Amino acid sequence: MSTLVFLEQHGGELQKGSLGVLAKAASLGDTVDAVIVGEDARSLAAKAAGASKVYVAGDEALEQPLPQPRVDVLAAIVRDNGYETVLFANSVLAADVAAGLAARLDAGLNWDLVDIESRDGTLVGKRPALQDTVLVDVGWRSTPRLALFRAGSFDAGEAAGGEPQVEEVSVELQEHSTGAKLVGHEQEQSAGPSIEDADIIVAGGRGLGAPESFTLAEELAGALGGAVGATRAVVDAGWYPYSAQIGQTGKVVSPKLYVALGISGAIQHKVGMQSSNVIVAINKDPNAPIFEFSDLGVVGDVHEIVPKLTELVKQRKAG
Amino acid sequence: MKIAVCVKHVPEGHARIDPGSKRLDRTGEGALNHFDANAVEEALRLKGDSDTEVVAVSLGPAKAADSLRKALAMGADRAVLVSDDAAAGSDLVATSAILAAVLERESADLVLFGQQASDADGAVLWAAVAERLRRPVVSQAAELTVNDGSLRAKRQTEFGYDVIEAPLPAVVAVSDAINEPRYPSLKGIMGAKKKPFDTLTLGDVGVDAGSAGEAGSQTEVLSLGEPPSRGDARKIDDDGSAAQQIVDFLAEKRLL
Repeated sequence: MSTLVFLEQHGGELQKGSLGVLAKAASLGDTVDAVIVGEDARSLAAKAAGASKVYVAGDEALEQPLPQPRVDVLAAIVRDNGYETVLFANSVLAADVAAGLAARLDAGLNWDLVDIESRDGTLVGKRPALQDTVLVDVGWRSTPRLALFRAGSFDAGEAAGGEPQVEEVSVELQEHSTGAKLVGHEQEQSAGPSIEDADIIVAGGRGLGAPESFTLAEELAGALGGAVGATRAVVDAGWYPYSAQIGQTGKVVSPKLYVALGISGAIQHKVGMQSSNVIVAINKDPNAPIFEFSDLGVVGDVHEIVPKLTELVKQRKAG
Repeated sequence: MKIAVCVKHVPEGHARIDPGSKRLDRTGEGALNHFDANAVEEALRLKGDSDTEVVAVSLGPAKAADSLRKALAMGADRAVLVSDDAAAGSDLVATSAILAAVLERESADLVLFGQQASDADGAVLWAAVAERLRRPVVSQAAELTVNDGSLRAKRQTEFGYDVIEAPLPAVVAVSDAINEPRYPSLKGIMGAKKKPFDTLTLGDVGVDAGSAGEAGSQTEVLSLGEPPSRGDARKIDDDGSAAQQIVDFLAEKRLL
């Protein structure tokens, strides 16, 4: 079985989620190659720990983070080299690439997977469904098999073995793939690391009471070395930027630790964070649904507990 | 101009997967996928007072007609439902092929989708449909303007907003931040009954039954299981020591 992993890069950095998928693919025991598209592709190839070979496509036409030219690149690599499996870490860009590739190759795509295993030589994907109340085993009826993994499903691997072999690819782009053009970019203000890549997330909801209270979340996140997330309600209310939104209409994350401050745990939010390894929730409402899926639930006032908690965490880290 | 809006009829309330067919049970009450209401609204907003035609398109069981009627009640001009037993259980490859076939017939200047399906949490269909139609695609559009044969969209990504321009015809998936969908008025609801409504089979859109449904799908559901449960959940009331207890808990889990 030969596997190809799409390594997404942004601003000259490989995205942690796709490195996690690469590490997982390598752990399945077969040869795993990777593809990096964009201007810095060549220089990033050495960082693809676990890949035997890295295809790099760095044409000028591929600089913009748009999906359709990437479909052209992947389709050519898969066709020319006969890859049986193509794996992606979910993102706005990767989902569009994977779906476009599925249509181009008439290949089965399973999405929102949290794991994959080889069962008697057959690949089986694990997909939580119906607000994560069911865990579905999914399969593929043909090759190539395409899969999109939920953010944070796997840890990135340590660099092992030698540097991957690098192969430059140049692909002729289809006419319809070059129609869309990026003409501008607006960076959103966001403090600290992005929530997709964070091992620890401190998220705030309406229970914080006021936008100023997000400093509680920011300070705790700072002390823990994590990122700040937010519920849809507070993003809609303008308390925090959309890039931090976690939930059905925002990002789906699964960090090692998720600290929920003043979050009730509505289903909309739950689907975005419940596969986190450890969930700690603080909420003054003892009946808040979040307590049903928290490892440690604390009934209390975030304004009293969080400053103390931040201080204790800082002391512990200092000592 | 002509705008086609793709809408999905999704189960309402507590959805379940039928253990026999391993498919989502679609026999109960359903409703218009609320993310698709944003796409309908955006089509109507782009139409404004112009003579642009807005056609709502759906693939689904006969009951999906209810969701199309809602789109008509909101203000769409016409509806097309592709409904065929042979299409049940279609995965992305099969669904995108059927939708592309009916959209090809419509040859709209702009095809709109909502940002995801609330039942299958899928956020992939538009890119597959765009590929089959060989048209540019923009997803997660939080703002959309159409001018002189081209579109401009502000796309929400993990890294901020991308401003993207593309020539028409094109496919756009709108984010639910783009607008606030209107509620159908009583007049709209009454008027919807008189609007043109076509129900088509796979044969009508030129899709072979072998390319649809399970026969045309490349993925399959193997089995259903329980998600891993959170074993030793603890709940405490803050008596002033909660912060310390949290720190102890994090230390115990080796998170500090």
